[in-house]
Amino acid sequence: MGMSLQQIVFGVLSIIAIISALGVILSKNPVTSVLCLIVTFFTIAGHYIMLNAQFLAVVHIIVYAGAIMVLFLFVIMLMNLNAEIEPQKRNWLKYAGAISGGALLLVLLGALREADVTPIQPGSADIGLISNLGKTLFNQYVVPFEVSSILFLSAMVGAVIIGKRES
Amino acid sequence: MNIDWFFILEKIVLISGVLVISLVVAMYSTWGERKVASIIQDRIGPNRAGFMGLLQPLADGGKLFFKEEIIPGSSNRFLFILGPSLAMIVACMTSAVIPWGDTLTIAGHSISLQIADINIGILYIFGVVSLGVYGIMLGGWASNNKYSLLASVRAASQIISYELAMGLSLIALLMMTGTLSIKEIVEQQRHGGWNVLYQPLGFVIFLVCSFAECNRTPFDLSEAESELNGGYHLEYSSMKLGFYLFAEYINMFISSALMSSLYFGGYSFPFMDSLGLAPNLVTILGTAALFIKIICFLFFFMWVRWTIPRFRYDQLMRLGWNYMIPLALANMLVTGAIVLYRSTH
Repeated sequence: MGMSLQQIVFGVLSIIAIISALGVILSKNPVTSVLCLIVTFFTIAGHYIMLNAQFLAVVHIIVYAGAIMVLFLFVIMLMNLNAEIEPQKRNWLKYAGAISGGALLLVLLGALREADVTPIQPGSADIGLISNLGKTLFNQYVVPFEVSSILFLSAMVGAVIIGKRES
Repeated sequence: MNIDWFFILEKIVLISGVLVISLVVAMYSTWGERKVASIIQDRIGPNRAGFMGLLQPLADGGKLFFKEEIIPGSSNRFLFILGPSLAMIVACMTSAVIPWGDTLTIAGHSISLQIADINIGILYIFGVVSLGVYGIMLGGWASNNKYSLLASVRAASQIISYELAMGLSLIALLMMTGTLSIKEIVEQQRHGGWNVLYQPLGFVIFLVCSFAECNRTPFDLSEAESELNGGYHLEYSSMKLGFYLFAEYINMFISSALMSSLYFGGYSFPFMDSLGLAPNLVTILGTAALFIKIICFLFFFMWVRWTIPRFRYDQLMRLGWNYMIPLALANMLVTGAIVLYRSTH
């Protein structure tokens, strides 16, 4: 059975995504974790592009890989975290983490097993293109959009005030 | 398997062509830089290898390849190698969305001289530019050297700061042209006037920010040898050092191509459609025009480097946050008001 180019790309992207996501939690070095997370973001952006949501893909890269992860990297590098100075976690904390994580997995599985997901044909939906997205945001969803922009503005002002209090 | 092999072959040829041209231009920019410096300082400059020293870049490259490679014992080996590789990859990535020319028609196939005409071209450039920090930060940190770390933190915060003003100046351009595709922006300039006439302030802001993004003088604080012993690539030797230096020249080349395309008409030139020449010839002339514009910008980059001294770090930050960003915001507001006025009248 032949595979189309899209299926090949999808398979490769998904495999890289899963491997790098595992790398985030399994690697001992926090800097490697951050790098793995960046690779994961890239593969997810690749999935967005395959769904014809190019705007979402690029914004995902700019905001997460280009801005948030740079800050993460800054903090980790300047604090120079590594395995030796990291405090040892207690055993009961590990068990509690494993149990609660497993419970979350069960809930998600139970919720999604019966969920009715309408499959999106790759390339057929044009909603992700920037002009359609802009029109939808500024017509149908203009109030939530503006409210969230005010939220961002207030967060920014708050950050500046906290930063200024020091001096 | 239903794969359009001609399409894939065309793109592979285009990608390789653009990469080779970027590398050759970057290589000869190093020669150009030394010649411009020597003219400005009333010296002769490189003149030993070949006619007018034209083989000098090859000799330099060979020298870098054969030098001893040293990886400091206390460094993180993987990240130490990843740093310059990332710097190089990111520098080459932007060239994908720049239209290097109009379409060529060969044996019935029309081939667009652009690797990817995506409808979010400008956002793609933002994305790649915002990734440029990683190579510098990882290299500086992995060297495990105080000076390298300081320089990479400087470079990263400088790039992040100037990215904002750069983005705001581009938003004004977007509001005016109404498209995110660089090809369409060039086509609009082909029939109308060059964007620099309508967005002079936006262009100046973009120009200053691209100097900062490329870490060029007067913004080369990350390489301030008088205080930092050389900068984030202090511990690097051999071709890994070469990659960092080379990435800077590729960045300059790409920024020049971008500025030519966004503000100076790209591959279009005056009276392009009234010459009555064959379309293929016009396309080739257009690409030549683009390269002439790029060379002018490259010369400007070098001219500034050998004329203006470097800023102090606090001056650099003050210029970015207190002058560039408010100016770009004002430019955006005025452009928005004019666009709104025009659309209603």
